Amino acid sequence: MKILVCISNVPDTTTKIKFVNNNTTFDINGVQWIINPWDELALTRAIEIKEANAGAVENITVINVGLKTTEPTIRKALAIGADKAIRINAEPKEAYSVAFQLAEVIKKEKFDIILCGIESCDYNGASVGGMLSEFLDYPSISAVSFLNIENRQLKLKREIDGGYEVISIITPFIGIVQKGIAKDARIPNMRGIMMAKTKPLQVVEPVQVDNYTEFVSFFHPKPKTACKKVDPENVKELVNLLHNEAKVV
Amino acid sequence: MSILVFAENWDGKFKKLTYELVSYAHALSKLMNSSVSVVSIGKVDDNELKKLGTYGASKILNVTDSRLQTLDNRAYTRVIAEAATKENAGVVIFALNNTGKAVAPRVSVKLKAGMVSGVIGLPASLEPFTIVKKTYTSKALANVVVKTLVKILTLSQNSFEIAESPVNATIENFSPEISDINTIVKEVNKVTGKILLIDAEIVVSGGRGMKGPENWGPIEELAKILGGATACSRPVSDEGWRPHEEHCGQTGKIIAPNLYIAVGISGAIQHLGGVSSSKCIVAINKDPEAPIFEVANYGIIGDAFKVLPQLIAAFKELKGN
Ligand SMILES: Cc1cc2nc3c(=O)[nH]c(=O)nc-3n(C[C@H](O)[C@H](O)[C@H](O)COP(=O)(O)OP(=O)(O)OC[C@H]3O[C@@H](n4cnc5c(N)ncnc54)[C@H](O)[C@@H]3O)c2cc1C
Ligand SMILES: Nc1ncnc2c1ncn2[C@@H]1O[C@H](COP(=O)(O)O)[C@@H](O)[C@H]1O
Repeated sequence: MKILVCISNVPDTTTKIKFVNNNTTFDINGVQWIINPWDELALTRAIEIKEANAGAVENITVINVGLKTTEPTIRKALAIGADKAIRINAEPKEAYSVAFQLAEVIKKEKFDIILCGIESCDYNGASVGGMLSEFLDYPSISAVSFLNIENRQLKLKREIDGGYEVISIITPFIGIVQKGIAKDARIPNMRGIMMAKTKPLQVVEPVQVDNYTEFVSFFHPKPKTACKKVDPENVKELVNLLHNEAKVV
Repeated sequence: MSILVFAENWDGKFKKLTYELVSYAHALSKLMNSSVSVVSIGKVDDNELKKLGTYGASKILNVTDSRLQTLDNRAYTRVIAEAATKENAGVVIFALNNTGKAVAPRVSVKLKAGMVSGVIGLPASLEPFTIVKKTYTSKALANVVVKTLVKILTLSQNSFEIAESPVNATIENFSPEISDINTIVKEVNKVTGKILLIDAEIVVSGGRGMKGPENWGPIEELAKILGGATACSRPVSDEGWRPHEEHCGQTGKIIAPNLYIAVGISGAIQHLGGVSSSKCIVAINKDPEAPIFEVANYGIIGDAFKVLPQLIAAFKELKGN
């Protein structure tokens, strides 16, 4: 079995979000880049499954649509434990074209399990995994919070409102993962970091595809009005304000 | 041309979320000079379907094929795309929830329609079609242009006021050809009789400042008095103090209740990503410098263990018992 994990390269989650060029461009000055948190968890889970089922998983590949600047992030995925990597050499501008590029490569390579994150923490598209599934005409399961191989069968859970469903599915399929899929992301060790330098990172040139959407400008939400402080000795006042001023209780 | 809404049901019933979508679609139809159609999948009785007319839906395509009782992303996509084609839909609208996230992007590819997820209002212009969406986990907003003839939108929860504009909805049975179903549900595990976090109008949430699971009594009591749900920060669920479903934030649930009461939560940026769209935020924290106060509307700087009992007493008095 071959597993593919789609990883996006995003600003660290504590980044102060600023824009330049008349608010048309995200300011990358001083930004730390990371593997999108869900993708990192998906990769961690793929590695756990490979380790726990000797021989069942042939290899784990990571794929990214991005320019050369994303390579440190890809190397980190290799250091965590992916066996090889593919980078499609295009700037990711919007979900549709990213998914299209991924599909073109995947059609040629054939993977059994393809994992995506539920959303990237830059544009919060929550789109690429679903779009990719449709381009490939594969079944997809979204909100996956558990994945395992048990008795040579795939077992997974997906979150529904107020609980979860246990699901069986054929391969190939796309799993769009969320919280729960792995507890903590793996941290690369020294050996992993050394090995990552020699693992294969294949660069593929993109195909021609139109963008269906365009991010034209950005702005910040209106700042909240200042917080009204209530004296801890007069808690009743808070209830009064919530009832009569904010009218929420 | 029409605006098509996918109206999900929960055990045969719609939710506030559904009426939000239909109200939004109706407002959009006014701008675009069109009408609102709805596609509903699963067993919903006619009375419930008719309710959608109250918010401006004039036509309801009712899909009752029993193979679609549980979500199969690929099959749902076929059905919704076919409904969109039949209704000559210019815009197809989904909720930004698990189902919307699972199906909308597939429909986008199927219909070759540009998609914007997490929109928070009506388009600022129709030509070019320009609309605002949340980005960077609610830390910023973006103006996005959709260039295709058909557009797919997912609407952020609680970003559009429900508005009644009654019309008489006609119900039409719709039974498109269904492709094979690959998603086999073996087991369902679901709580019943409890207000779900994502539906709750009031949420009382505890963080690491609560010190341990044994101290959650007052959080639960407060939620109960207010008819709300309980939530928590990530370390609290990671520690196993509270169940995972309660974890809010960037890597947990994204909620937008009317009132969010954060107790002993510092307000880390990743936490705020999941709760900052709440209408009113109350913070109770002993550290005056805690970042939660930057987003809170009301705050008490004090010890949660002293403040909570008083708060419970005061709310009880308000509720008259
Ligand atoms: C990639 C990534 C994703 C993340 N995703 C999430 C997420 O989705 N959700 C999330 O919540 N976190 C998330 N985090 C973690 C986040 O960074 C914070 O660590 C976390 O939110 C802190 O939780 P807390 O506020 O409960 O704890 P703390 O930061 O420890 O804060 C406890 C607060 O309680 C106060 N306090 C202590 N005692 C009392 C008392 N007696 N009375 C009143 N107040 C008291 C303290 O002053 C303090 O402000 C994420 C982190 C990363 C790196
Ligand atoms: N540029 C990219 N390269 C590879 N995978 C991506 C890229 N962008 C998004 N993805 C995948 O799609 C998921 C959802 O991203 P998005 O639709 O952008 O919110 C991510 O968690 C990744 O798994």
